[in-house]
Amino acid sequence: MKTFKIGGIHPEECKLSAGVAIEKMPLPTQVAIPVAQHIGAPATVVVAKGDKVKVGTLIAQASGFVSANVHSSVSGVVAKVDNELDAFGNRRQVVVIDVEGDEWEEAIDLKGDFKRTFNLTSEEIIERIKNAGIVGLGGATFPTHVKLMPPPGKVAEVLIINAVECEPYLTSDHVLMLEYADEILTGVQLLMRAAKVNRAIIGIENNKKDAIALLQEKVSKLIGIEVCPLKMKYPQGSEKQLIDALIGRQVPSGALPIEVGAIVQNVGTAFAVYEAIVKNKPLVDRIVTVTGKSLATPKNVLARIGTPMSALIAYAGGMPDDTFKIIAGGPMMGRAIVNIEAPIQKGSSGVLLMSERESVRAEMDNCIRCGKCVSVCCMGLQPYLLMSLVEKKMWQEAEQEAVYDCLECGSCSFTCPAHRPLLDYVRYGKATVMKIMRERSVKK
Amino acid sequence: MNIMLISVVVLGMIGIFSAAILYFAAQKFKVEEDPRIDEIEAVLPGANCGGCGFPGCRGFADACVASLEGKLCPVGGNAVMEKVATILGVEVSLADPMVAVVKCQGSCNNRKKTNSYDGAKSCAIASMLYAGETGCSFGCFGLGDCVEACQFDAIKIGEDGLPIVDDEKCTACGACVKACPKNVIELRKKGPKSRRIYVGCINKDKGAITRKACSVGCIGCMKCQKECTFGAITVENNCAYIDFTKCRLCRKCVAVCPTKAIVEVNFPPRKVVVEQAENKE
Repeated sequence: MKTFKIGGIHPEECKLSAGVAIEKMPLPTQVAIPVAQHIGAPATVVVAKGDKVKVGTLIAQASGFVSANVHSSVSGVVAKVDNELDAFGNRRQVVVIDVEGDEWEEAIDLKGDFKRTFNLTSEEIIERIKNAGIVGLGGATFPTHVKLMPPPGKVAEVLIINAVECEPYLTSDHVLMLEYADEILTGVQLLMRAAKVNRAIIGIENNKKDAIALLQEKVSKLIGIEVCPLKMKYPQGSEKQLIDALIGRQVPSGALPIEVGAIVQNVGTAFAVYEAIVKNKPLVDRIVTVTGKSLATPKNVLARIGTPMSALIAYAGGMPDDTFKIIAGGPMMGRAIVNIEAPIQKGSSGVLLMSERESVRAEMDNCIRCGKCVSVCCMGLQPYLLMSLVEKKMWQEAEQEAVYDCLECGSCSFTCPAHRPLLDYVRYGKATVMKIMRERSVKK
Repeated sequence: MNIMLISVVVLGMIGIFSAAILYFAAQKFKVEEDPRIDEIEAVLPGANCGGCGFPGCRGFADACVASLEGKLCPVGGNAVMEKVATILGVEVSLADPMVAVVKCQGSCNNRKKTNSYDGAKSCAIASMLYAGETGCSFGCFGLGDCVEACQFDAIKIGEDGLPIVDDEKCTACGACVKACPKNVIELRKKGPKSRRIYVGCINKDKGAITRKACSVGCIGCMKCQKECTFGAITVENNCAYIDFTKCRLCRKCVAVCPTKAIVEVNFPPRKVVVEQAENKE
């Protein structure tokens, strides 16, 4: 079975909510929709206090090339446009909307039937994706329309659909594939047309055998799409690793996947593209895994963007008493949050509750030069060395050791027997070195 | 015997020949350097801290020879600059001595913890991850990046979790200012007898939010601005700032501050004010 070549780990899977059917969250009484839910420039707010909005009304316009529209996820009245605490304690601009009823924009097709429409050109599809404010739903939230427009001189050969979901605990993509296989495949066909490619590969890890079987059966009737089961290994869901695993090409350091002729899109993004183009529905909700070992009923819920995380936790049986750390995203790449009233965003794939025993970090010990971090690093870096260099602020040497290649998967910290916070330091070093490199290129 | 003689003569000739080459090379490629650079370097502190903005003390000495205008060795201060000026035979305008000031009083008692951080012990890393262990997203982390940056052993983390600057040891080189990811530390005028007044808070949140997070935060109430007769205080983004070039150390602002966010240091206790307050009661 295929997988990527260098490094990787296999943490305990803990897919507690696998196979749990998607449930629709009840509407919250108030939502707070951040204007910066994507990589790139924050969107500019186009509504003011007191404005009436419907589900799907544009509330913030993309500003700049790498940016995305933001739409209202509920109907009601704009209560305020203000800076509110985000999940990590910083203040970010949000549009707060008081919910009244559930009225959708007229153009949105609310019927649940499945349709295929194919009389659109590549440009039209990309334009609609852009208008719908779709971003990469795997977590990185890169605006999808930007990814579909390769820079001049570069040609895409293959579309890779990321249905790996290698993060432990998370199951949102898995259940999405089981329940909306036809819609996803139509979304893939639309993406293929938009990217002007005639080949698409859906990469799925082998712990989702039911999804693989279902999609394999469906794609047998379609031309150009194939489903490829992958060996379970983290971080296979990373773009570069997935490209290596599926088509055996290595993306050069600092380059984008288009360099090797690939465009990678998440399976959730494919579903959002289907909804945007066939149903004319902008990105106003997403599937979120609410999970944790002590949680009464781990669930996969369809939540409106802007719903507070606390509402999701309450819906899944309430916060267990032994909760010590709450993580937005998966346990490997997610970040611990300090504010459970923070809203669900376009990139929120999961809310994970962990007990003290599961989550507290052990006391750091000395590095014994065992080299485990080097053997698991999927980018071929030397995390132990990078950590020392960053500790001593030796930025030049850190740059020579390619600290900027780190994709922050956390395999090194996970595997370190001395519990050294390798990723913390490497991430800091990466940010600093990249800042130095940017300043240098500006000077030139 | 003959062999020994020949080898001594041959080696001797090679030695003399090489010495001649080296001598002429040294003459030919001689680097003319201002002897004053060495003299200046000798009077500089030699810490190579980079606080002056030049690469080490020799770099600074080199720059001083070119022009002394605007140059200041923050470590040596005026005493050293006077010596440098004497070597160069010019006058030097004396600068006010500065000191690093920590503009946060959010100790464990004043600013309650709302969560706990168990990541790498570094302010720079913690600030990349989130806003901090308390409700205040502006204040000091207390993880000691400034302590590590200080080459003069002038900062240490106190019992209340906040950095304490040793006035005597601090040379105002500015290393801690650069190291602090929250910009909590500022270089301010040391003041006569080390007396100074500053706003010990940089929280830009609205007053109500600040008050909830910290008992000694600046709530931007403007009382100090109204009280100040020298126009030294400005309130911007819900936070007051005292311009140390205008402040005359009258201490009126300290008395009116409702949250005690304004700090006075090294002043004698104020008897008069206390008596007045008692009389009113």
